[in-house]
Amino acid sequence: MPALWLLVLVLVIGIAGFIIGRQRAMRTAQGDIRLLHSLPSYYGSNVFLSTVIPGLLLLAVWLIAQPLVIQGRVAAMIPEQGLSDYGSLSLVMSDVRRVADGLDLAVERGALTPEAAGSIRTELTDVRARLGAVGVALGSNVQPYVLSAAQSYRAMSATGSLLMSVVVIAATIAGFAVSVLRTNKDFRARNAVEKVVLALLLAAASIAILTTVGIVLSLIFNTIEFFKLYPASDFFFGTTWSPSFGGGSELGIVPLFWGTFYISLIALAVAVPIGLFAAIYLSEYAGPKVRSVAKPLLEVLAGIPTIVYGLFALLTVGPLLVSVFGQGGMLGVGWMRGGTAVATAGLVMGVMLIPFVSSLSDDIINAVPQAMRDGSLGLGATRSETVKQVVMPAALPGIVGAILLAASRAIGETMIVVLGAGAAARLSLNPFEAMTTVTAKIVSQLTGDADFASPEALVAFALGMTLFVITLGLNIVALVIVRKYREQYD
Amino acid sequence: MTDFTADTAGPGTPAARKSSLYTETTRTKRRNASETRFRLYGVAAISVGLLFLVALLYSIVTNGIPAFKQTFVTIPVTLDAARLDETGNRDPSDLARVTTFGYKPLVTEALVTALRDNGIAIPFEDEGDVEKLLSSSVAAQVRNTVLADPELVGQTVEFRMLAASRVDGYFKGRVSRESLARDRNLDAEHLDLADRMVEAGLLQTAFNADFIFGADASESRPEQAGIGVSMVGSLFMMLVVLVLALPIGVASSIYLEEFAPQNRFTDFIEVNISNLAAVPSIVFGILGLAVFIQFAHLPMSAPLVGGLVLTLMTLPTIIISTRASLKAVPPSIRDAALGVGASRMQSVFHHVLPLAMPGILTGTIIGLAQALGETAPLLLIGMVGFIASNMPDSIGAGFLSPNSAMPAQIYEWAKRADPAYYERAWGGIIILLVFLMTMNIIAVVLRRRFERRW
Repeated sequence: MPALWLLVLVLVIGIAGFIIGRQRAMRTAQGDIRLLHSLPSYYGSNVFLSTVIPGLLLLAVWLIAQPLVIQGRVAAMIPEQGLSDYGSLSLVMSDVRRVADGLDLAVERGALTPEAAGSIRTELTDVRARLGAVGVALGSNVQPYVLSAAQSYRAMSATGSLLMSVVVIAATIAGFAVSVLRTNKDFRARNAVEKVVLALLLAAASIAILTTVGIVLSLIFNTIEFFKLYPASDFFFGTTWSPSFGGGSELGIVPLFWGTFYISLIALAVAVPIGLFAAIYLSEYAGPKVRSVAKPLLEVLAGIPTIVYGLFALLTVGPLLVSVFGQGGMLGVGWMRGGTAVATAGLVMGVMLIPFVSSLSDDIINAVPQAMRDGSLGLGATRSETVKQVVMPAALPGIVGAILLAASRAIGETMIVVLGAGAAARLSLNPFEAMTTVTAKIVSQLTGDADFASPEALVAFALGMTLFVITLGLNIVALVIVRKYREQYD
Repeated sequence: MTDFTADTAGPGTPAARKSSLYTETTRTKRRNASETRFRLYGVAAISVGLLFLVALLYSIVTNGIPAFKQTFVTIPVTLDAARLDETGNRDPSDLARVTTFGYKPLVTEALVTALRDNGIAIPFEDEGDVEKLLSSSVAAQVRNTVLADPELVGQTVEFRMLAASRVDGYFKGRVSRESLARDRNLDAEHLDLADRMVEAGLLQTAFNADFIFGADASESRPEQAGIGVSMVGSLFMMLVVLVLALPIGVASSIYLEEFAPQNRFTDFIEVNISNLAAVPSIVFGILGLAVFIQFAHLPMSAPLVGGLVLTLMTLPTIIISTRASLKAVPPSIRDAALGVGASRMQSVFHHVLPLAMPGILTGTIIGLAQALGETAPLLLIGMVGFIASNMPDSIGAGFLSPNSAMPAQIYEWAKRADPAYYERAWGGIIILLVFLMTMNIIAVVLRRRFERRW
């Protein structure tokens, strides 16, 4: 039985359980609601939850575990020859899955009988042609061991899902029976239900941890895989980045680091002064009217998707910069050869970060107690002197935190760089030259047709790991600084 | 009192002062000037920020508006029965045997005839050269019309056809006679011809609904490309995000805000959530690729996977805003509920949560808007534009069959070499921003409407 129908069935039994549980509770109390320990709907909910939860839990575990188990057992059946033919086990397995899916489809379309799908042999039938007839394209002729692996894969899947249906339905009915039998007027249904709900709430909260674990695991496993194929020292200290899918790539991260650093630096050089002065003006000088208009307008900049900034960089800012700094431009300097450059991406990214810096700094400047300003003004300082000598020093740690958060944003930003900065990995000081960053290379390494086992694709995971570690470090430092500072005046 | 005034007015004090606060010394002047300067810096900073905003919006609007208009050629086409239906019995399966190549000459002849009838001389040696004025999708358009209604064969039907993208660009100011000098596709004579066709009423520029509802087209037919299918992809993704992120986000906020004991585990959860909020979006793409596609073997490019990735990404946003709105409900409400005998769970679900709901919805809408505009993680799980060429044929297929999302489609267009696609990309951005603005306005209205002071 397909998982979806199983799910619907479990839910239907659960809903029936709700009604039956509620009625049974009312009956044991002879219809007098005052004799019940809990409100009637709690008895229903109790039956519903104890019916549905074991079934769904089993279903979820089974759905995740079954492919893994079958995969392992089928993989054990692949002969040595398969590994040498394909190069790696994962490639054989993906072919096995494709053939198995093809057989399923052929049976569904009526091109093969179910028995034939289980018994055809490559020696007797042209499997590739038979599958091609129902629209399953196979790259090469089907090897006998692939076909037999696919057939046992199908057989195991079929047994597995039959077993799953039986087990899930059994668990559902068992939960239903036990909870209905326990339902009587003295049963503490509310307490039971609340305990389950609390567990569900806790489970929801734990998803954040699961996500983090998922990120770390997916990065680590693939990174280790990568370092098995490519030496770590060459990756971290290599100064050339030239992946070639035919092999013999040089994958040094240094030029990407440099591009990331340079672009972020330009972005911060744009965003920090503008954002900081905007924040100071908004919190120290502006009247409520100006503030209520300017602040949300600036924050609009933060709500615009980065793809828009990317396009803006590629099609508006880049050509504009070329017309100023390019060959035959307004300045006649000819520094810039193409529209995509570090300066283009940096400038646009800076614009994106302005509201980020200004809003965070605004909060922090506002948190400086008024008494400190009053003291300074009372001594005869002008407002700008107060800001420079009292407010800023007091707010400095918080502002540094805000800038670090902005920096981590700049390092992790992708779309502006992909569209605005170009694709050339190079070590250069000229801000009008095209360079590239870690994030842009992750995209380009993983969006091609490369096979996942090659170092050229796996390097993206190592890049992602590096990016993750750097931004995580920056974020933690920034959050610690901001939090520490905020507590100072509380 | 009199003593006091007498004292201050007495000899020695004001008279002994060399200057008054009201006379500006050089130092005061300098200080005041620096004050004014400082203030100006602030004004300048804000103006620069707003200027960027205006420049951004200006370039979006001016570059994107043309995408909503399109140049069409309207001509009658004679659907020659002898060539389209050899058997003569209007059998759809026989009609289907004639490919678009069979329709192409019909369209070209129709165009030549239409030009002659309107007294426009054709400046080419080969009259068939006029077909370059039309999009290469035209033959397919005529064929589909015929297959949909076989009775049309033998009649003369008026068709509104897409003009070629360069002709379209000429009327939008993107293509000029000079820029065509090095173009193999079209000559300046074609543009003269197009001008005369406008005078004759054969060619006109009209609103282009296909851009909003249509599908992506191949690289050589920018005039045909639309954003509709990827809009559907985005819609399915947003459904996944809404169905998963809202309940999970609210549940975890309720736990952390109302029930969590102060221990290492809950501390760990909190740190995790604030860290996840700052993890670069592309890392979520890597997560999706490794976990959902490599490990769980979910289909590549499916809106379901995109939705799952975006759910994980938006969860922190929703949790943070939900916790803020739960915190804003005063403790007296909880106390009152507990006081009349409700359990803690009941006080939360019956009293606190309904009061916090408007705030939660506002946060959710803002989180959804963020997710709608996200591109980078989608590229990694394969939701790139060029596969979005068909509408999904069922709800299940909507979640599982390959599709794109609006931002990914825009990225795809921005990457293509033909400048006609840039116009589409800007146009797509207008549509995307309209969605985002609507969502944000709903959020603001909700907040205004339900804002209450306790």
